[in-house]
Amino acid sequence: MTPQRPIAVELEGATLQLGGRLLWQDLDLTIEPGSFVAVLGPNGAGKTTMLEVLLGLKGLTAGRVTVGGEAPRRGDRRIGYVPQQRAFERGLPIRGRDLVRLGLDGPRFGFSRLQNHDRAEIDEALATVGALGYADAPIGLLSGGEQQRLRIAQALLGDRSLLLCDEPLLSLDPSHQHEVTALLDRRRRELGISVVFVTHEINPVLPYVDTVLYLTNGRWAAGPPNDIFTSERLSALYGTSIDVLRIRDRIVVVGADEEDHACHPMHAAVDG
Amino acid sequence: MDLWFYLQQPFAQHALVAGALVAFACGLIGPFVVMRGMAFAVHGTSELAFTGAAAGLVIAGDPVAGALVGAVVVALLIATLGGEGHERDSTIGVVLAFGLGAGVLLLSQYHGFATAATNILFGDIFGVSTGQLTLLLILGGAIAVVMLFIRRPLLFASIDPHVARARGVRVELLGAVFLLVLALTVTEAAQIVGTLLVLSLAVTPAAAATRISANPLAVTALSVLFALVAAEGGLVASLASSSVKPSVFITGISFAIYVACRLLGTARRSAAGRAAVVPA
Repeated sequence: MTPQRPIAVELEGATLQLGGRLLWQDLDLTIEPGSFVAVLGPNGAGKTTMLEVLLGLKGLTAGRVTVGGEAPRRGDRRIGYVPQQRAFERGLPIRGRDLVRLGLDGPRFGFSRLQNHDRAEIDEALATVGALGYADAPIGLLSGGEQQRLRIAQALLGDRSLLLCDEPLLSLDPSHQHEVTALLDRRRRELGISVVFVTHEINPVLPYVDTVLYLTNGRWAAGPPNDIFTSERLSALYGTSIDVLRIRDRIVVVGADEEDHACHPMHAAVDG
Repeated sequence: MDLWFYLQQPFAQHALVAGALVAFACGLIGPFVVMRGMAFAVHGTSELAFTGAAAGLVIAGDPVAGALVGAVVVALLIATLGGEGHERDSTIGVVLAFGLGAGVLLLSQYHGFATAATNILFGDIFGVSTGQLTLLLILGGAIAVVMLFIRRPLLFASIDPHVARARGVRVELLGAVFLLVLALTVTEAAQIVGTLLVLSLAVTPAAAATRISANPLAVTALSVLFALVAAEGGLVASLASSSVKPSVFITGISFAIYVACRLLGTARRSAAGRAAVVPA
């Protein structure tokens, strides 16, 4: 895989209304090529919708958005996508290798035969995420962490320049969370791609994040993590008193996030 | 009467060709029926072929044309009323109940021989005419072409709909197209094994195949093979017995293959174990 030219994402005065509800308004954000952007916020703040806009699946109510200088379009081959971990059914007739292959020709109509270089590319993708050992096992038998590795391999197959991740750590245990984020960041650097990472929890990605986009009901803030995660900024965003504490190298938000964590299992069902 | 004599008769040859066409189409859609959890959709649309056939009889005296038009209507109705998974199953239940009631009403308005409609329920493969055979051939060919064309995006959408949508696959549209193909295939199959037994060609072979392989291409090939063996084997067995309906043998063979694959799959899985498949 040759390193891709990373692409920038620009939002100008972006406003999105969904079902009469204002998700975000006048949002200005530039995602620099090769950067790691974390999108945070409570449930229903429009984090997933942000990704849908970049994927060309939803249009803005007002404002402008460009991905690599062009308006977003459905099926953009420069964009890879890693979803939430959802368990595959045990009996599903598909192997890890087949799941990864879908990243190459999954959206393509007609009969397609794999060429030798395609096979080599799939093997290489499997190797870079350390999944060669279970590439031929039925995916339904793999652990959540193994499935997410395969999804990352799938998302980065082909010539991707931008990787969108929608809560890829949800329902993974902490050691797998760490593994998956480290892998994502390593691939980002190796390939020189940009990453937009929707998450509930800043801590697993904190070491890698360049920019945080924090969305709350209709309001937003963007900047380096140290600027955003202050009691003043978050209190202003939520319109209520929030305390941001730093314990060792972790950030703990007291006030808004408690409710958020309580909703954890719900989140998968509602936002998905 | 010996089997060789029967095999030289046009009615038996028609039946064998029709059986092969139906088995091929069913074998092709089967893996997707299993992957998408649509066994109930197969059952529902096949039973509604009865209503379509009854409507066809009353309106135009042609149960087959009625069943095919009915299949399209049913597919569109289910796709529009919609939903996935449990919601879709409820929708099918609702349409099925109403449709069967309408079928009974239609049949009560028909004053000719009702056998033509009840044949749809139990299958009448030895009554296949040349005209029906031509229709089956065209339909079978069309189903094969469509399935080959949408195979990869449909696989993507069936396995991982969220990622498929993000990558630009029109997941809902593909779902509707597949439902239409399914309804037509099932209606076609209903004329061979009968509405009530369609599952044995459209679900059982694929379910058996997924027990012994996780390679999508191999599963499709095995599914087609198993469906062909069941359909053709059932027909030949029925001819040899000369009194038992082919449906009995077709469902019997299909089930036997399933049981064998299940045993084989379980044996292999426990022998290999997950640890052997997946080194840490």
